Amino acid sequence: MVPLHYYLLLSAILFACGVTGFLIKRNIITIFMSIELMLNAVNLSFVAFAARWHVLSGQVFVFFVMVVAAAETAVGLAIIIAVYRTRETLNVDQVNLLKL
Amino acid sequence: MPGAISQWFSAGDYLLALPMILLSIFALGILLIDLMLPPEWKSINAWTAGIGLAFSTAAVIRIHLAYARAGQGVLSYTGFMGSMMVDRFAIYFFYLFLVGAGIAILMSAHYLEIERENHGEFYALILFSVVGMMCMAAGFDIVLIFIGLELMAISTYVLVGFLRSDRRSNEAALKYLLLGAFSSGIFAYGLSLLYGLTGSTNLQLIGEHLATHMRENPHDPIAILALVTTSTGLFFKIAAIPFHQWAPDAYEGAPTSITGFMSVAVKAAGWAMLLRIFLSGLYPMRPIYVPLLVFVAIATMTGANLAALTQNNLKRLLAYSSIAHVGYMLLGLIAGSSTTPSATGIQGILVYLLVYTFMNLGAFAVITSLRRRDVIGDEIDDIAGLITRAPAEAVLMLIFLLSLAGIPPLAGFYGKYFIFLSLIETGHYQLAAVAVLYAVFGLYYYMRIANAMFMRKAVDTRPVTLSPAMATALAITGIATVGIGIFPDLFIRAAGWSLSIAQPLQLTSLFH
Repeated sequence: MVPLHYYLLLSAILFACGVTGFLIKRNIITIFMSIELMLNAVNLSFVAFAARWHVLSGQVFVFFVMVVAAAETAVGLAIIIAVYRTRETLNVDQVNLLKL
Repeated sequence: MPGAISQWFSAGDYLLALPMILLSIFALGILLIDLMLPPEWKSINAWTAGIGLAFSTAAVIRIHLAYARAGQGVLSYTGFMGSMMVDRFAIYFFYLFLVGAGIAILMSAHYLEIERENHGEFYALILFSVVGMMCMAAGFDIVLIFIGLELMAISTYVLVGFLRSDRRSNEAALKYLLLGAFSSGIFAYGLSLLYGLTGSTNLQLIGEHLATHMRENPHDPIAILALVTTSTGLFFKIAAIPFHQWAPDAYEGAPTSITGFMSVAVKAAGWAMLLRIFLSGLYPMRPIYVPLLVFVAIATMTGANLAALTQNNLKRLLAYSSIAHVGYMLLGLIAGSSTTPSATGIQGILVYLLVYTFMNLGAFAVITSLRRRDVIGDEIDDIAGLITRAPAEAVLMLIFLLSLAGIPPLAGFYGKYFIFLSLIETGHYQLAAVAVLYAVFGLYYYMRIANAMFMRKAVDTRPVTLSPAMATALAITGIATVGIGIFPDLFIRAAGWSLSIAQPLQLTSLFH
């Protein structure tokens, strides 16, 4: 049996990849994929912990996270299409009408 | 097994969830009815949403009355196997959300016609986001809290980008979506670590297990990582510096009525969730999170007050001002979780959120009313000389601004008063001094708007016309801002009432 901390380490690495991708990538779709990667790292860690505690609630949480990720993607892609229609670009650096 | 479900969930559970169920039904109803409405009848959607809010309020009042009848005997009603806790604290927030949504709908009706985006989905999304907020306030299980958070957030992303052909609105929605989803990811990771440490999704159980865990292992790095990631997610949602970057952009680009809605109801929901998690689940980690809170609070007050000084866009200025208010409220939480916990701090936050709902929505209502077909009306030049164009509105705006600055006898004063009082009670004199100093900064940028309204010449001299709905919204917010200031007792007692059970239950049961 694979020990728990292997799963947790993998989950932490995936999460770190997601965060890094979010921070350094410039294409909106890639940024979006990084967010999905973060959520999947969360799922992995929930499932691993659910197996550790022998409680199902962690696995149930995973279903909800998946639903949320799907909903977020649906809304997100719609917003991305709206942005593309008005600007013809998918680079976040060129979406800069509102100054920081 | 079809019979099994009825053994798990009683009819009482559904009574507790009735406010949310009713709102969902009305939101779905709006979506259906909107399909059949000819364009000139679109205003029916706003009415339907209003009726939905009224029914939901009635359901909340029903639970409220149950508490009143039961007296002090009943601790709190929980449902759905402990995952939903509609206690007095939750009821207080339910009222805040319903009022916020109601006023936002009043502000939107005419505004959407000007923007030519008068669709039923707008109102349905407002109702759905209120359902999400209620789940956040009443959730006592991290699953329900997370679902509520996402329901609210996803509805708000769409609302921010509702003006599809407006480039600013699109951009605001995109930024809000990306940073919101990012923060949700971090928050969910923190929740998964908390679940891993404690083996439970219930906040009460998480708190109890975490207390044992922290006694055995006070500097466990996993526990600290869980605390940091969870609180990062929470700070993102209430827009505390350094996690605030989305707020000014989202506030500036969103339809003005939605900016108002976000700055009060969405923020209040974030606070409800934050207070629940910090004061029950994470409470055993108090010695670690208080320094974190002090840092975030000071950074928030400093950054937001300085950034607000130079803004020329009214919505952006008010966005920074709303971040600054979050800084003051965080001070209340610091007082509420210090070694001798002071209930005044938490009560101060609740009073603050209440008065903030009215004064900030009022200010945004005035800005919304400046919108015309050819004028966006959110620059400081657009409000110049408002006293000659619409004297009543200019005076109301002055009242809202003075209240935001915390000048007695207006409502905003009492929010700040309780926060500062709690800081002094718990011996945080330096923090209180810093906060008062920044309150003076606040006065400067609010008075800049007042100066433009009263002292400068109008750029655009056409008089401002008010729709009846907007006049109602302005009247409600104006009367509430002045009324709470003159008769604060009732509202302070309401905030105290909402904590009457949460206090011993959450602050002392975990205290050994």
